[in-house]
Amino acid sequence: MRLVLALASLRRNRARTILAVCGVAIAAAMLLDMVMLSTGMRESFRQLLLSRGFQMRLTPRGTMPFDTEATITAASDVTAKLRARPEVDLVSPVLGASVHVLRGDSSITTFALGVDPQAQGDYQLAAGRDATEPNTLIANDDFLRATRAKVGDTLRIASGFDPQLRTHSGERALVIAGRAKFLYLASGQLAVAIPLRTLQEMTGAAREDRVSLFMVRLRDASKVPDVTKWMRTALPTIDVISTADAMARVDERLGYFRQLSAILGAVSLVVGFLLVTTLVTVSVNERVGEIVVMRAIGVSKAHVVQQIVLEGTALSVTGAVLGTGLGLITARYLNTILSRFPGLPAAIDFFLFQPRAAWTAIGLLTACGVLAGLYPAWRAASLPLASTLREEAVA
Amino acid sequence: MSALVRARDVRRDYPLEREAVHALRGVSLEVEKGEYLAIVGPSGCGKSSLLNLLGAIDAPTSGTIEIEGRNVGTLGDREVTDFRLRHIGFVFQRFYLLPILSARENVELPMAEAGVSAAERRERSTELLRYVDLADRVKHRPAQLSGGEQQRVAIARALANRPSLLLADEPTGELDAKTGQEIISLFGRLHADGTTVVVVTHDENLARAARRVVHMRDGVIVQDEVPGG
Ligand SMILES: Nc1ncnc2c1ncn2[C@@H]1O[C@H](COP(=O)(O)OP(=O)(O)OP(=O)(O)O)[C@@H](O)[C@H]1O
Ligand SMILES: [Mg+2]
Repeated sequence: MRLVLALASLRRNRARTILAVCGVAIAAAMLLDMVMLSTGMRESFRQLLLSRGFQMRLTPRGTMPFDTEATITAASDVTAKLRARPEVDLVSPVLGASVHVLRGDSSITTFALGVDPQAQGDYQLAAGRDATEPNTLIANDDFLRATRAKVGDTLRIASGFDPQLRTHSGERALVIAGRAKFLYLASGQLAVAIPLRTLQEMTGAAREDRVSLFMVRLRDASKVPDVTKWMRTALPTIDVISTADAMARVDERLGYFRQLSAILGAVSLVVGFLLVTTLVTVSVNERVGEIVVMRAIGVSKAHVVQQIVLEGTALSVTGAVLGTGLGLITARYLNTILSRFPGLPAAIDFFLFQPRAAWTAIGLLTACGVLAGLYPAWRAASLPLASTLREEAVA
Repeated sequence: MSALVRARDVRRDYPLEREAVHALRGVSLEVEKGEYLAIVGPSGCGKSSLLNLLGAIDAPTSGTIEIEGRNVGTLGDREVTDFRLRHIGFVFQRFYLLPILSARENVELPMAEAGVSAAERRERSTELLRYVDLADRVKHRPAQLSGGEQQRVAIARALANRPSLLLADEPTGELDAKTGQEIISLFGRLHADGTTVVVVTHDENLARAARRVVHMRDGVIVQDEVPGG
């Protein structure tokens, strides 16, 4: 009966109810997006770091991965030392370099990763074969588009360029063995993966037996602290970054994002709250007479309050559910805009949908709807009966 | 025989800014079970004030009101609301039906509040609407009913939980003479069926129909007569 009454009074002023639901839906969409934004980038970064199960990254002392040209020397020794540890499951050495694809007089510069194809964690093969043979390479779509090459083509690639003499060095013919999606690159960035040995040879003495980065996977993630401790003493010229460390740094950098989204989320929550309060207050004021009559014929204060609160709740739940849909659509749209953000891996999602985020947004708004109805409901249910009836009769 | 209603030296002041209005200045009244009583008197003499106290929707400034042996002035909000629900039926001058509910739903509302099962509610609301001659209007909203029909629905609603006391404040006040007459005969039927009825009225026809007439003036009872008795 209370539900019947609540819904009936929402239906009584249909246009107003629809407008309020739209308002709540927009507030809910904004809130959901902000909740998604505050947790999404972090979560998506974490997923990216762990996508191939590598829990640790080893970089030259004092650098972040690919931040500088710095490299780790005696890479094969380090690799051997790492592989000798029983906890270590997989070691993936990576060398980063710029290389130039030569075409007649001109050349196209691209980012190259020297990898061990058996152990690599940088790309996902989409077509063709992996670059297991020397003098082969894997390219991404942007590279193939820019060079108008296709899988199976042979390209002349140089590792060095002297701008004064306008000559190239370390030139070699490489066959495109496959096409891949590179996980850590920004959108639009040209990239190839070349067997580590081939790339080291091309870059000559400067890069002999060097790598920019090791990625290490342990059999048991809980051993990360132990292995880290061992690495710090056994490999003093190397920095060890665990996924947890990396997340801590990301958190630091994302602090602004989270603050921003917390503030904007709170604002939309307040807007939703005020909207429901206004609507419930207006609608309660319109039918003070009915409420007092209900009380006079014996409907308890608690039931009157419940009925009115139910109205506010129905409004906010409907709005929140519609808003969730709207929020997901806007998040997807905003994500495509932001994924072109320079310098960030294209695989990073700013708005990552997590069911928890949706439940949080719906839950917060529903709670707001309940609270919003509570005060006007209580006030109306507490009016003195005889004198209010008398005033209603005069009105 | 113990009285159904026993009001003792009841006073009701309305505190206003300058000086209080003394609407009731010491009213004592007893109503026996099954009585049909009309309260009459000039405008402003305190009839509605008294009826509100008898219906436990207002509390006296001093004095006591006992209904079925319970001193309703001392009950808390929750108890007094429940008391109204189960023991008192109130009929208002302006009907005061809920406009969003059908005739049947209006009648069922107090029953639902009292926890009556849906099946029983349906049965009893059908019976009550037949009693007030509205069997064919159960699905109509108040706006689709005439004033007299609305008042009959309101009476059916007041009877929903089989109250021991039916109170009505100017129940014919908004109706023309002919429609008013229908309501008057409905009250007569209720009385004949054993309901205790107290009406406040300016309507001489209604007052004449009652078995006992209490006259008030300036907040006190000046005459208590049983016409033809
Ligand atoms: N809530 C109130 N606040 C202030 N004064 C009130 C209030 N209710 C009633 N009064 C005053 O108390 C007096 C009695 O009012 P009451 O409504 O009981 O009279 P009544 O006999 O029912 O009159 P009527 O026949 O016109 O309905 C009047 O002077 C009225 O102005
Ligand atoms: Mg009156």
